[in-house]
Parts: sequence; C-alpha cells; structure tokens
Amino acid sequence: MILFRLYFEFFKAGLFAIGGGLATLPFLQQIGQSTGWFTQQDLMDLIAVSESTPGPIGINAATYAGFHAWGVAGGVVATLGLISPSILVILLVSKVLEKFKESDLVQYIFYGLRPASTGLIAAAGFSVVLATLVDVTELTTAPARAFNWFGILLAAVLYQAIKKWNKHPVIYIAASALIGIGAGYLHILG
Amino acid sequence: MKILWDMFLTFARIGGLTFGGGYAMLPMLQREVVERRGWATEEELADYYAIGQCTPGVIAVNTATFIGYRQAGIIGGIFATLGVVFPSLVIITVIAAFLTNFADFVVVQYAFAGIRVCVCVLIFNAVQKLWKKSVIDSPTTVIFLLVFLISAGLAVGQSFYPELFSLSPVVYVVIAGAAGVILHGGKGTKEADK
Repeated sequence: MILFRLYFEFFKAGLFAIGGGLATLPFLQQIGQSTGWFTQQDLMDLIAVSESTPGPIGINAATYAGFHAWGVAGGVVATLGLISPSILVILLVSKVLEKFKESDLVQYIFYGLRPASTGLIAAAGFSVVLATLVDVTELTTAPARAFNWFGILLAAVLYQAIKKWNKHPVIYIAASALIGIGAGYLHILG
Repeated sequence: MKILWDMFLTFARIGGLTFGGGYAMLPMLQREVVERRGWATEEELADYYAIGQCTPGVIAVNTATFIGYRQAGIIGGIFATLGVVFPSLVIITVIAAFLTNFADFVVVQYAFAGIRVCVCVLIFNAVQKLWKKSVIDSPTTVIFLLVFLISAGLAVGQSFYPELFSLSPVVYVVIAGAAGVILHGGKGTKEADK
C-alpha cells in the first residue's frame, strides 16, 4: 500500500530532521533514491519551487514529492506524515513545560536559551542577507561587482518604511515583488 | 469552536504569506500572534523557536502546535498546525499539477529577487524585536554574541571552504540552556534578581 508507505517514509523524515526546513532535504534525497518515487531532477525543481512559493520549505517539499509519487492524495499523506511527529513531540513538550513553567530551573534554562535562539535566527538572517546582497566569493576578485547595489538600496528604503509605518509585513512583500518585476524588466536588479 | 476556526485561519494566513521558510515566518508571527491576537509574548516566541530548533520537524509547524495547544489544548494544536500547512498543500499541488516550470518564469524570478530583499529586512527587524526581549544583561549579551559569531562565522567560512564542519542548532541550544542555569542560577533566587 503505497499511501501507507508514503506516510511512514515522511513520518521518519519528520522525526529525524532536526533544525528546520532545509534539514528535511537529505532525507527526501534518500527517500527518492530508495523508492524511485521522484528523481534527483524532481528534487532540484522542488527546491526552486519551494523557494518561489509561500509556506514552510519542508512542507512544500513533502507536498511536491508526495504529489509526484501518488497525485493529490500522495501530497496530502506525505505532508501529514511529515508533521505528525512534530505534533506529537511538541504536544508532549508543551505538557511538560506547562507543568514546570514556574520552576526556577526552567526559568534559568530559558534565560540562557532566548539569547541563543535570537543569535541563531540572527545568524540565519545574516546568511540570507549575504546570499541576497553580497557575493562573498567575488569580494576579493571583483569587489564592486560583489554587491547587489539595487538590492542594498531597496533594503535601506524598506527598512525606513517599516520603521515609519509598521504595516503588515505582506504589504512590504507585495511592494517588493512589484519593484523586483519592474527592476527586472528594466534590467537594473543585480 | 470559534477559537479553533480563528486559529486555523490565522495560521493559514501566516503559512500563506511567509516566503523563505521558518525564519521568515517570525515577522508574520510577531504581527499576527503577538501584536494582533496576544496569543504569545515575544519571549515565548523566542522560547518556541529555541525548542523548535532542537525538536524534530519543521520549525513553523512546531511553533504553530505550541501556540495552538496553549490557547485551546490538543485540538487547538492540531488546528493551528493544519492551518499553517494548508496554503502550502493547495499552492504546491496546483504548481506540481499544472505549472511544473513555475520557477522558470522570468516574472516569478524577478518578483522573488525583490521579495528576497524584503525578507532580509523583515528578518532583521524581527531579530531587533526579539533582541530587546532576550538580550537583557551582560551574560545574555555574551551568549547572543557567541552563538551569532560562531554560527554566522561557520556559515561564511563554508562558502570558502565547503568541507568546513557545521554545528547542529541542538549544540548551541543545549549549551546555552546549561549556561543559563549556571550564570543565572549562581545569583540565587528569582526574586533576588528582580
């Protein structure tokens, strides 16, 4: 029963992929190789599609791979498989946390965890900034070309706009998409 | 019943409007869950992300389950999670069925060149908000700087030396939790610190 196997394989990926969306990829690779449900090329397409659509990357990947294996039902079952372990583990953790939330020990742990969590998010953000605005491998060879000048300007304008109006993030995303399209057709986006 | 529906819709909106994965979801969560609904505080979001980093699965799903459970129990956790994955299911199924070359369209590539810049700024802004709530004294400043510098440093190093090792987020989180107990616990009771 392929649907059952789909659920099981993605359940495993969800259980062992720790650290967010991209951590699922090696597991997907392995599923593709061992079952033949999707090819390496499908996976490459999947990464491109996941990055050009909204939603968590791991979920997009599971839906896409599941769809390739068994149509619409495959996509749904693969996604449910991927999220099942998360739901179980987090419900368990929540129950325990709720019970010990007031304890000094848990408070102290979170006192140390929060800045680390912020640091990890900041580092991930820093990588995204580098990937988007700077080509580090060109920094030493062609410094002027290494920077995405239009992107840096757009980022500065967006930052000011967010500070000034504090609107819903989607407004800035929509505006940036339009600016990106305009700049692309005018050939000024790096 | 209404809270469950609210939960589903709010998380569906978050899932449908987040571009670029778990970290990019943070500004949406701050807006929808902290500022608009009051279902969690900034500190709690930082906690959920920290736990989400070292528990299995997609961080967005973990965070949704946490918040849903806190508000409306197990069913709440399930509804929030289904909400956050629902837009992905629909959008990706449509693309996989009809638009396999979606990512190759020039207009999509241009739009995403703009969106990626926006995501950078949104994450920067989100980190600033989290920073204010989590980096509150000198020990937390040291923890933040160490985690940021090591993690970002390794990532940059990898673009020059691909074989360079990287550390799992679990390592940072476990060490930081222990550091929290040692640095804070050494000062005595909670009341004494206030």
